[in-house]
Amino acid sequence: MNIPTRIARLSPLVLLSILLSPASAQSNKTIVFLSPQPVTQGYTKTILDLSQAYTKQKPGVKVQYQNADQTQLQQQLERLGAADNLPTLFSAPANTQTVQLAQKGLLVDIEATFKKLGIYNQLNPAAVSINKQLFSGKLIALPLELNIEGFWYNKKLFADNGVKEPKTWNELVTAAEKFKQKGIQPFSASGEQKWPLTRLIGNYAARKYGSDVMQRVAKGQLKLTDAGFVEAATAVADLGKKGYFGLGVNTIDYQTALDTFMQGKAAMLYMGSWALGNFNDPKQNKIGNSNIGFFNFPTVQGGKGTLNDWNMNTGLVVAISQKQNDAALQAWMKSVFSNFGNKAFAEQGLITGFKVTQRAQNVPALTTMVQQKINSAKSPFLFFEALFGPKAFAVSLDNVQPLITGDMSPQDYLRDLQAAQK
Amino acid sequence: MEKTLRDWRAILIFVGPALLLYTLVLLVPIAWSLGYTFYEGSPIAGFKFVGFTNYLRLTEDPNFLKALWFGTKYALLVSTGQVLFGLLLALLYAFYLKRSSALVRTLVFLPVVLPTVAVAQLFVKIFAIAPQYGLVNSVLQSVGLEHAVQAFLGQGSSAFWIIAAMDIWKSMGFYAILLYTGLVDIPEDTLEAARLDGAQGWSLARFVVLPLLAPITIASLIFSFNGTLKVFDSILALTGGGPGNATTPLTLYMYKTSFTYGEYGYGSTLALTLAIQCLLVTLLIFWRSRNRGAE
Repeated sequence: MNIPTRIARLSPLVLLSILLSPASAQSNKTIVFLSPQPVTQGYTKTILDLSQAYTKQKPGVKVQYQNADQTQLQQQLERLGAADNLPTLFSAPANTQTVQLAQKGLLVDIEATFKKLGIYNQLNPAAVSINKQLFSGKLIALPLELNIEGFWYNKKLFADNGVKEPKTWNELVTAAEKFKQKGIQPFSASGEQKWPLTRLIGNYAARKYGSDVMQRVAKGQLKLTDAGFVEAATAVADLGKKGYFGLGVNTIDYQTALDTFMQGKAAMLYMGSWALGNFNDPKQNKIGNSNIGFFNFPTVQGGKGTLNDWNMNTGLVVAISQKQNDAALQAWMKSVFSNFGNKAFAEQGLITGFKVTQRAQNVPALTTMVQQKINSAKSPFLFFEALFGPKAFAVSLDNVQPLITGDMSPQDYLRDLQAAQK
Repeated sequence: MEKTLRDWRAILIFVGPALLLYTLVLLVPIAWSLGYTFYEGSPIAGFKFVGFTNYLRLTEDPNFLKALWFGTKYALLVSTGQVLFGLLLALLYAFYLKRSSALVRTLVFLPVVLPTVAVAQLFVKIFAIAPQYGLVNSVLQSVGLEHAVQAFLGQGSSAFWIIAAMDIWKSMGFYAILLYTGLVDIPEDTLEAARLDGAQGWSLARFVVLPLLAPITIASLIFSFNGTLKVFDSILALTGGGPGNATTPLTLYMYKTSFTYGEYGYGSTLALTLAIQCLLVTLLIFWRSRNRGAE
């Protein structure tokens, strides 16, 4: 009997078994995952890799990746949310938009669902606590990252030019000037992404007023037009005015900013520890993992903030659509998120909001150092826009571009921002 | 025929389905959008009635005036450019290249059919400064004008001219074809008669060709002006309205207000002002052309 005939004879049996099998009807599920990360990077890679293994066992389940433009993500979700057509899993902006989606009952209550599935203990309590701060005390999105932010620097360039890790803002500016004089670009930053620039303003303000500064703004105790904020915006605008970000900062995209630093063309890079995945990849990182140092945002004169306060976050969080929350999705979630922390750490050196239970071998020194910093961080605070509404969030980002090129004054920047924050 | 038109049932059958479709996909959303101008909120956050607040807000919103001015300035420049270059090209096709113009016409028309995003990417690369210099900055550097190297798309002043140049370049082929068909329609006898009367070159164009071409030129202007007032995709792809909101026309401002800021009511009010602006421009052009016709 040749093979086609055999298949032909078998096929009615196969068909019958499919029709009769109760599991097949229930496990037919398409999980759409919307993420701005490429499939080769970060938590997106880990989730997709784990899904691939899962779908091999459960052929009825399909996981479909969709790429989102991070700068358009909020608009996209606004439209999808309004049409009650959210993707199954999606990266969500850390602002009130996500809270509104949850209030409308569109998002899965992660805490309840994970407890029901018996995987709540996989989550790192510190990450859960930071995440809840973002979203009015509820766990409505997965902390797939646990990040600490600060300045990464090129140790060799620092040593060659006799520069030490800056502890104060003045030391940072002096160091930048020294590099510029030597023809080395002091900072690499993506002005196209905008947030790497507003982060600097937020950090400066946190050093000026203390780590609870943005909570005080949210409560109305401080105004964004207050003197400390003007000082912060002016200090950051000055970095741009002096050309410390190199040419055309507003046209530099995220990857170019990383590459500029990893190719040794810039001395410093303000970035979160999610970039460890890039730093740990020798194909991308040309200056070598051991050549990268890390320091906290420096203190400012007369400020209340200290070097013990770290800008920390859970990255671009991922929310889950309640409409899709069925048994098939929960089975997938249980499988994927039981292994997420270990796999992300072992394969990419990523520090996530999930516990790492298996010690990976050959952990890069840089990852270990960052993990120690995260563990010892005393008072974590959130980034500049974290507690803003969607409008202030967008205005803060959009206007930082003219601020940095000197086309908008710090006073105007803050006036517009305060007006949008109403 | 007249009998048929008097029969209401016949009218209902012939016009009814189309009218129903038109009402559903166009008139209902317009009315809906008008209704939104009296509300504030978003489908996610919920709506509340605010009366004329959105209209009052228009009068004191500096960003609205800025976007309105940017859009108008852009439309004036780009429409003039598109129709003027289209006209010059049409004259070139008809009077100099004559029958051999097919290849040139095809080449000039090509950008019209290219996707805007692809054209925008091309321009982004031409004017790039980082990670490598684009064509323009490389040329500037190689001829020793290092000080003129700049982030052309990273600053509002130069970004405006690049967007305008891109849109003129992209669409002039279309207007050239439109005007060329008008030129071809001018009877050879008329031109011959004018030549016998001594009209040559510029005077032939000024007193004979251009007046005969006026109806198509006006139609082109209306097309172009309404198209450029509603510009969206090319700016979104080229600068995203930035840096800041330096290159944000009313369309993009409306889009951001509704879908980024979650202010659907105010966004609808902005959309209404855009519709009124387009209507005014069209009426103005029609009125001008009718007056000319009466002279």
